[in-house]
Order: sequence, then structure tokens, then C-alpha cells
Amino acid sequence: MDFHVPTSWDQALAVKAGHPDAVPVAGGTDVMVELNFDRRRPPALLDLTRVPELAAVDRVDGRIRLGAGVPYTRMITELGAELPGLAMAARTVGSPQIRNRGTAGGNLGSASPAGDCHPPLLASGAEVEIASVRGVRRVPVAEFFTGPKRSVLEPDELIAAVHVAPATGPQQFAKIGPRNAMVIAVTAFALALHPERGRVGTGIGSAAPTPRRALDAEDFLSGELSAAGLWESRAPLPESLVTEFGNRVRAAASPIDDVRGSADYRRHVLAVLARRTLTWAWEAHRSTEKRAA
Amino acid sequence: MRIELTVNGTSRDADDVWPGESLLYLLRERLGLPGSKNACEQGECGSCTVYLDGTPVCSCLVAAGQAAGREVTTVEGIGSGAGEDRELDPVQRAFVENGAVQCGFCTPGLIVSTHDLLERNPRPTDPEIREALAGNLCRCTGYEKILDAVRSAGEARLDTVRSTSAERTGGSR
Ligand SMILES: Cc1cc2nc3c(=O)[nH]c(=O)nc-3n(C[C@H](O)[C@H](O)[C@H](O)COP(=O)(O)OP(=O)(O)OC[C@H]3O[C@@H](n4cnc5c(N)ncnc54)[C@H](O)[C@@H]3O)c2cc1C
Ligand code: FES
Ligand code: FES
Repeated sequence: MDFHVPTSWDQALAVKAGHPDAVPVAGGTDVMVELNFDRRRPPALLDLTRVPELAAVDRVDGRIRLGAGVPYTRMITELGAELPGLAMAARTVGSPQIRNRGTAGGNLGSASPAGDCHPPLLASGAEVEIASVRGVRRVPVAEFFTGPKRSVLEPDELIAAVHVAPATGPQQFAKIGPRNAMVIAVTAFALALHPERGRVGTGIGSAAPTPRRALDAEDFLSGELSAAGLWESRAPLPESLVTEFGNRVRAAASPIDDVRGSADYRRHVLAVLARRTLTWAWEAHRSTEKRAA
Repeated sequence: MRIELTVNGTSRDADDVWPGESLLYLLRERLGLPGSKNACEQGECGSCTVYLDGTPVCSCLVAAGQAAGREVTTVEGIGSGAGEDRELDPVQRAFVENGAVQCGFCTPGLIVSTHDLLERNPRPTDPEIREALAGNLCRCTGYEKILDAVRSAGEARLDTVRSTSAERTGGSR
């Protein structure tokens, strides 16, 4: 087995172009489990931990450019105010040891339907920056996943960063698992309110072959909130609106039965998480006005 | 491949390392440091926790090649002095004194995680302790004595900090 250790981004892309079957390894929290259990014997590993560009957090065109190699711990400590949904999700990943190593690039790279970065990134309309020696392209997170553990990444491509707009309103993330720590989500849901453009963003985890948005629920709620002038009045949400939103989020899922939960349970949980996160986020939206007044 | 790294303050090297093997394997099987334990090899139990460049990680999930040139501190390197003069760290002493050790398999990882927690937060609340140790499984103690050990290690650490700063002020007078 070869071990490639590029020390710059250009070098990393050159190595990937020359060795498309080299498996990138960032935090190693997914890759090493597969190696330790002989589930994978790649001809080469491509260590990304010495590429300084991947560990950077920058501001580009009013958006945050989160390097693919930034570990969860830094998302929590550095980005909690600007990307609260992502930071909340990061707090639920594994244990401190896992959060110290695991990265958004690795989460996307594994493309698991249960990846905790994906719902908040979907809810806030993030884009994945993908690069190769051929050039750079940007793909909306919603179009990044093509199936369970499959993505649009070509063999010579690497994930450079994720571009996310800083929050303009309250964001929430909620995850259901058998215990509080160290669990893969049975189901997860993220919500982002974008009051400045009267939109609501959603992201569903672990309840379909890929992470996905609940588009119909987003359109419905955005439309109702705008039609009733609720963004400005900040009045309490009608119960029926919250319930209908939950139902539409549930309808967006196509879960399977597996060891972690039945499809029915996942659908049920999703409706509950959608209602809860909406209630929490709306309360926060209302109290920002109270504070401002 | 040949790997050179610093372990517990000493430069070490190993030849013929398979690049896909873990830092845990390198430490235990090639460098003769059996302190970090191998239980699950999938990041679940935390018994292999070490500091990598000052950050606690599961050494079973770090590729050996990724640790080249880096600084690793294992449970063997926690504490001060060397040889006869070797002194336990307050965290290690607290685990012994509070009976937080039964079979001892989880202990090295818990020592490293606790040491890191108290470095960052000398007076953690119980929920903070639980969160910090969520990645370290113990199959024997029931955790109560571990919690006691962490609390008393925090106190002992603060006392040490207080007395050294008192000595310092005393000395300068
Ligand atoms: C004990 C444990 C608990 C966990 N808990 C959770 C959890 O609660 N939630 C969760 O979502 N995940 C969890 N995970 C999974 C894992 O930690 C995450 O998926 C993490 O984000 C992976 O990041 P990494 O940097 O460690 O990836 P790696 O293991 O290094 O890589 C993962 C995949 O991405 C590819 N890759 C990495 N970086 C790039 C890049 N820049 N470009 C292209 N491809 C790349 C790799 O080739 C590989 O296929 C857990 C894992 C463990 C071991
Ligand atoms: S052996 Fe590494 S976490 Fe269990
Ligand atoms: S003392 Fe035996 S596993 Fe913790």
C-alpha cells in the first residue's frame, strides 16, 4: 500500500489525478474503521491532514468557506454564532475524540444518509466546492448525494470546502438516537429560518436513501408565513400550521426498516422533530424582536 | 514505510510500518507501549485515547503514517519525572484513591480524556464530565467512582495550582 502525503492543495490534486484509486483520509474516523476490519484494502491512502488549505475557515463573498478538513470541534468553537445549525449538529457527533478528528469533508465523502452535517447544510442552502486538476466546480449539497454512500465526486476529484451563508435567522437541529452520546441518528432534522427572504430551509437525515430537503414543506410554510404577514408580526404560529408542516416533512421521507428503527417509526419521529424544531426556531425569531424592541 | 515521531517527549522510529495500520498498533506492537488499550478498533470505547499534537484522539482511528513527525502522549507520558522519581499526575492518583479502577482496561483512555478535560476546564460540572467522557466506555465500575475520581482530581489540580502560585508569590516577596 502506498501512502501519499501532499503538503499543499495543488499537490493533493495532482496525486489524486495520478492515483484515482488512492483513498483520501482526513480524520480517518470512517476510513480507519474499514481498514481495521479488513473491509477495504485500497492500493493507496492519500493523507489530507497536512494540507493547510483544507483546515482554513474563510469569508468569501459574504459566505463562509469551511475547509473540508476542519474538524467538528472547531465548527463548535469557531462557528457557533454564524452557523448555529451546523454547530448544533457537530455537537451531537460521536464523542470528543471523534469530534476532534472528524471533518465535514469526510462526512460528505462518506455520503451516509445518516451524516449529521448534511441536514443543516441542506437547510442553509450550502454548496460543496469540488476540485481536481481539471478545475473547480460548485454543487448544491442537495445535488451532491446520488444514493446511499454515493455522491457526484469523480475519481480524480477532492472536496475542497463547503460554502454556507451565515445564519440570518434561528436555526435548529434535532436528532433521535437510543442514547444521548455516540449514536448514529435514527432520524435527524434541521431547520433554518431565512426571514430576510421569507424562506424556510429544511434537511432530513436517515430517512431516505440520501439526505434530502423537504421541498414541499418548505414552500408551504414559507408561503403561509408570508401570506399571513407572520415574519413581520411575529405572532405565535397557528397550531394547524405547525402540524401541517410536520405532516409535509413526514411525507418527504422515504425511510427503510433497519436495525436502528422501522420506517414507520422514522416517519413518526420526523413529524415530531419538524414540529419541535419549528416551534423552537419560531420562539427564537419572536424573542429577537422582543429584544430589539 | 519508516515512521519517525515523538512519543512521550522522546523521538522514536519504526521501520516496515504498513501505512494502513493504526497509530494504536504502532504504539503497542512496534514501540512497546502497551498502555493504550485495544478493545474495539472502531472509535467506540476510547480505551486507546492518546494526545496527538495535544488533542485527544482515538489512536485506533489514526493511520500510522498520519502520526509521522507528530507528538504523541500516551498514558505512560502523563505524570512527571522519570525512572525512580516518576510521579503520578493528580488525575492518575485520584483514579487510584477513589477506586475508579477495577479491571483497568478502560483506565488509560479515561486518564487521558480526564486530563484533557481538566486542562480545559478545571472545575467541570457533572454534565460536563459526562459529556467529556462519553467516548470512554467502562464495563466494570458503573462510572460513579470514575465521576468521583474526576471531581477529586479537579480539586487536587486546583490545590496544586493554588500552592504553586502561593509559593511563587511567597518567593518573590
Ligand atoms: C465512534 C464513531 C462515532 C461516530 N458518530 C457519528 C455521528 O454521530 N454522526 C456522524 O455524522 N458521523 C459519525 N461518525 C462517522 C464519522 O466520524 C463522520 O462521518 C466524519 O465526518 C468523517 O470524517 P473524517 O474526516 O474522519 O473522514 P475520513 O474517515 O477521513 O473519510 C471519510 C470518507 O470521506 C473521504 N474523504 C475525506 N476527506 C475528503 C475530501 N476532502 N475529499 C474527498 N473525499 C474525502 C474518504 O476517502 C472517505 O471515503 C462516527 C464515527 C465513529 C468512529
Ligand atoms: S480501541 Fe480505539 S476506541 Fe476502542
Ligand atoms: S475498569 Fe474494567 S473496563 Fe473500566
